[in-house]
Amino acid sequence: MMIRSSDLVFDYIKRDEEGNPCGSVRALDGVSLDVEKGQFIAVLGHNGSGKSTLAKHFNALLYPSGGTVYVGDMNTMDDSHLWDIRQTCGMVFQNPDNQIIGQVVEEDVGFGPENMGVPTEQIWERVEESLRIVGMEEYRNSSPNRLSGGQKQRVSIAGVIAMHPECIVFDEPTAMLDPSGRREVIRAARALNDVEKITIILITHYMDEVVFADRVFVMDGGSVVMDGSPREIFSRVDELEHLRLDVPQVTLLAHRLRKEGIELPEGILTRKEFIKELREYISRKENVTKA
Amino acid sequence: MSISAEKKMSLKLDNVSYIYESGTNMERKALENINLEISKGEFIGIIGHTGSGKSTLVTLLNGLISPSGGSIYWDGQDINDKSFDRKMLRSKVGLVFQYPEHQLFEADVFSDVCFGPKNLGLSADEVKERAYRAIKDVHLDDKYLKQSPFELSGGQKRRVAIAGVLAMGPEILVLDEPCAGLDPKGRNEILDLLSSLHENEGITVVLVSHSMEDVADHADRIVVMDKGHIVYDEAPKRVFGHVHELEEMGLSVPEVTYIMNDLADEGFAVSRDVTTIDEAVAEIKRLVER
Repeated sequence: MMIRSSDLVFDYIKRDEEGNPCGSVRALDGVSLDVEKGQFIAVLGHNGSGKSTLAKHFNALLYPSGGTVYVGDMNTMDDSHLWDIRQTCGMVFQNPDNQIIGQVVEEDVGFGPENMGVPTEQIWERVEESLRIVGMEEYRNSSPNRLSGGQKQRVSIAGVIAMHPECIVFDEPTAMLDPSGRREVIRAARALNDVEKITIILITHYMDEVVFADRVFVMDGGSVVMDGSPREIFSRVDELEHLRLDVPQVTLLAHRLRKEGIELPEGILTRKEFIKELREYISRKENVTKA
Repeated sequence: MSISAEKKMSLKLDNVSYIYESGTNMERKALENINLEISKGEFIGIIGHTGSGKSTLVTLLNGLISPSGGSIYWDGQDINDKSFDRKMLRSKVGLVFQYPEHQLFEADVFSDVCFGPKNLGLSADEVKERAYRAIKDVHLDDKYLKQSPFELSGGQKRRVAIAGVLAMGPEILVLDEPCAGLDPKGRNEILDLLSSLHENEGITVVLVSHSMEDVADHADRIVVMDKGHIVYDEAPKRVFGHVHELEEMGLSVPEVTYIMNDLADEGFAVSRDVTTIDEAVAEIKRLVER
């Protein structure tokens, strides 16, 4: 088990101008979920659904108001594990500009392991290895300011990999990127899962990024409202639209055709599948006509 | 200089170029030989890879920066003429920057929306009237008027920022990636808003976007930028017919266009120039029901 949250509740405390508590907002309302080692998990939901609040519990940036969160066998409420938890479960945030501190790419990537007390020669090894994994080794001596959004985000990812985490939480890593930057980052995340066997938790509101996930959780109003494989989730187009989430165009097209009486299966995820199913539908129909 | 044959309310870029840090060794050409005419009532989408010159182009449109070469005409008048009223141009061509909510600063929503018209030197009543109307146009509930803009959601903040520009009474609304960073709900709100401003208020819209689907669904004309040049300036159907060329520029076509192309490649008798889901549904129904 990589991460387990049980009946997780979180209340944000509202404060008045003097800083005195004046009420609270329930951001998470009884979230129970398990993430297995090596899985690629996606968490979907629109802004305010609680998905980022949930993510921040996975590396002890926030503590539960009720219920528990375990990272490996460590309870996040146990302060003595704080640094182990943060090293086990790394985090990549939305805005690349807020995460990069080094003047030079390699310095930035080395920052994490240096703070962990990794010996110098090993830091360099880790920096090299991490930059290679995200395909940024040729920018090793560049200034981060000169990089594109997607490249900066890959440097942030390298900085997390250099800490040798078992799990990485990506909190809307592509929300501020252009389409090619989005592709770069998603490709890097998938490679970390496929090749390095790192557990990935991808928080996003882009549906097309979750097609490859092992399991998808959909959040709304602080709770998990849907849970299943991408195919199971994308079969429920009407519910997704009700939650105002975007469905990939190919899935939506198949769904709309079904409503028009063209019986394609629900939950079509790729163009290839769509064409195969349409071909089969047409030949079925022709057979019926002949008979 | 004035070109009398020009029809009213048009913004015309004639052979415009723009060079950043001109004359230094950091010199970089952002735009070259740009010819573009925007007429009343159009909904234009501008697409291009990051660094293709889209944002530079939109900042030229209301005279925030002046071209390094070529001229820009508003209703036939050169906007760089000494006698040209630039202040008027800034109210006629409303520019909404990326992440416009970063520019909100007043204590409450209503004052923020009033800021622009107040600076146009209008009477207090006129300012208020325009602000109320703009807030109504962006479908923001009255209960938010006295709230701090910073307490609103991302999509709401962005609508306040757009209302601030609308209150200036623009004829052309130019938006640089107005949906960036918003969730699908916020994105749809903004796109629906643009459609209704275009259809109901007759405002000309210029939308810079990274989403091929969004421009395909809304624009009636698409301008494609690459390396500082305009590569295509055509109807969406024609633009998205250039699949390979667009991909080489790091762009793409809407997913439904790919699907229809795949079907045609596989020998199905369907048209390739489909850019919206509605069209794809109709086309496939036609195929199946033959």
